[in-house]
Amino acid sequence: MGKKGFLKIFATVTASALLATCMLTGCGNSGGETSSGASTASNQTNSGESVKVGLLHSLTGSMAISEKAVSDAEKLAISEINESGGVLGKKIEYQEEDGASDPSTFATKAEKLIDQDGVTTVFGCWTSSSRKAVKPVFEDYNALLFYPVQYEGMESSSNIVYTGAAPNQQIVPAIDYLIEKGYKKFFLLGSDYVFPRTANEIIDAQVKNAGLEVVGTEYADMDQTDFSTIISKIEAAKPDVIVNTLNGTGNVSFFKQMAEKNYTSKEYMTMSFSIAEEEVKTIGADILKGHMMSWNYYQTTETDTNKKFVAAYKDMFGKDRVTSDPAEAAYDAVYLWKAAVEKANSFEVGDILKAIKSGEISFDAPEGKVTIDGDNQHLYKKVIIGEVKEDGLIYQVHATDEPVKPDPYLETYEWAVKAGVKPLE
Amino acid sequence: MEQVVNTLFNGLSLSSIYLLVALGLSITFGLMGVINMAHGEFVMIGAYMTFVTQQFFNQYMPESIGSLYYFAAIISAFVVTFILGCIMEKLLISRLYGRKIDSLLATWGVSLILQQAARTIFGTQGVNVTAPSFLSGGLTIGGCTFSYNRIFIIGLVAVTIVIVWAVMNKSGFGMKMRATMQNRPMAQCMGINSRKVDLLTFGMGSGLAGIAGCAIALLGSIDSTVGQNYIVYSFITVVLGGVGNILGTVLGSGIIGFASVFVETYQSSSIARAIVLILVIVFLQFRPKGLFTIRSRSLDEE
Repeated sequence: MGKKGFLKIFATVTASALLATCMLTGCGNSGGETSSGASTASNQTNSGESVKVGLLHSLTGSMAISEKAVSDAEKLAISEINESGGVLGKKIEYQEEDGASDPSTFATKAEKLIDQDGVTTVFGCWTSSSRKAVKPVFEDYNALLFYPVQYEGMESSSNIVYTGAAPNQQIVPAIDYLIEKGYKKFFLLGSDYVFPRTANEIIDAQVKNAGLEVVGTEYADMDQTDFSTIISKIEAAKPDVIVNTLNGTGNVSFFKQMAEKNYTSKEYMTMSFSIAEEEVKTIGADILKGHMMSWNYYQTTETDTNKKFVAAYKDMFGKDRVTSDPAEAAYDAVYLWKAAVEKANSFEVGDILKAIKSGEISFDAPEGKVTIDGDNQHLYKKVIIGEVKEDGLIYQVHATDEPVKPDPYLETYEWAVKAGVKPLE
Repeated sequence: MEQVVNTLFNGLSLSSIYLLVALGLSITFGLMGVINMAHGEFVMIGAYMTFVTQQFFNQYMPESIGSLYYFAAIISAFVVTFILGCIMEKLLISRLYGRKIDSLLATWGVSLILQQAARTIFGTQGVNVTAPSFLSGGLTIGGCTFSYNRIFIIGLVAVTIVIVWAVMNKSGFGMKMRATMQNRPMAQCMGINSRKVDLLTFGMGSGLAGIAGCAIALLGSIDSTVGQNYIVYSFITVVLGGVGNILGTVLGSGIIGFASVFVETYQSSSIARAIVLILVIVFLQFRPKGLFTIRSRSLDEE
């Protein structure tokens, strides 16, 4: 093969490979591996002085940035519980596995934790694709997953407890707030995967129901670094507010490139669903100042439990670390599991699930009191709209009076039912 | 009108970024024929050098010259990646000339090692570089705002191209380099130390990647995978333009940059990428040697 022939093949192969990746990510990763084992996880490791739980997050790859904070919060909760005497008199031991930011690795590792290591409860996942990949594993083995991140909803597995917000506890109240504040033209911007696409479907229905207008919807590739064309499209559409569901490094590029064009929150207000304290630190408070976020918890949330949580977190992982909504939800997850185990007086998944069904499992969390809904296994949570201030922290500007009942399928919202908002597969 | 100007400027800006990344590659891959999968990681190292230089200036230099850090960063990024490129050439590439698949795999291994090293040193959390004060914001003319960052990058690319062109065509080293690449045995007969030429040429290509890293640092966050986002596009740019031809690389990046921006104006960015790649694949079926081909008397060309 001559030089020319080789180059041709090389170029074609690389181009096709990249093309294939584009197509795959464009379609979203809704599959994942299914496992066929049907046995119930054994309870062998729970005898003796300790009980073993699994932690399953990405320690490497693109999601490691975010998932580190979550797994740290879980370790903090475990060590606190152990110091105060453990659960049912037993110390908690944890086994950590690396999902490597890859859904099929998540599925393999989940099966390993349950089948080989005899763990019955796992705290894990961040992305929806990783959760969807491990879901059949947990269902087949009848094991229990605590999932600590806000997500797009449209799911309710009896083997998963969702401790992050359902859409009606983050997205819907945020849009309500924007409508109430008089914003009329909405621009929807998100990364190209399942959460932003589902979120935008919901927002679109909600905005139209209020008689207002969505002037544009744009999706950026997960690893996109140049937003100049998208910003031009925003300029042309002239929205009052940009609803931002970008994830990860895309946020840094987008806000930096908005700042390049002298745009601040005065010209284009944004409402973001994936920017927490950690991300504000990376992007820079001077750029994000004045922009809005919607979560259930901020480091500045004023409760006594939160003061202790923030202090303990900084003490354990370093002064410059910040707490965030997903980290707090992960911390709650461990305590909620403890409460459920104690109510069930057993470590068996069946007994724990029965205790959860009672709807009486609650925890006095840093964000305020949270309770597991017995029917859909999501949490009752308060919703807080926040604004970034100069110091890089997010401060409350509006909050719901009471914890909001979780409604992952938005069945109690007439406009959502009418618009036929449904899960993307 | 505003929209047209904006689109043109965005296209120019994107092309200039692709060009800057591909320029080093057009030397190491185009001229030397080395498939260097670690080129993206040299870009990453350049970006991290910008960050390190900024931290250094913030701590040890008086504030009055603080915003000059960026020029120091460009120089230090070039020097560091130049040296790393030379080390890599000496230890690895020089043993693999003529074995394309082997060098592809070996350099891919180097790229993984460098990525992991970056994670170990700087952590997995992306770091952010603040643009120097004279580059923050943008210039507003009529209804259009041109960001100073991007104007600067376009200027930087222009200057770099002129320097590279001058080095290759006007300097003694450039003449030796072209001689070695065109006909190695004959150049050796004429007393050119081809080993040394290879070493410096590869170093130069890597150093250019470092400069590209400085430019990219202005636009987004820096993490260990930042180079990966550009590597495939820069290979495609070089192949599209015609291997071994710097002018071809300039045109190739222009075509890819403008095409991406135009398609993206009417389509979503994922689709835009796919469409541009399909166009490139189709184009290469008809002109497998790219836009420009070098006429050569060398016998190994078909």
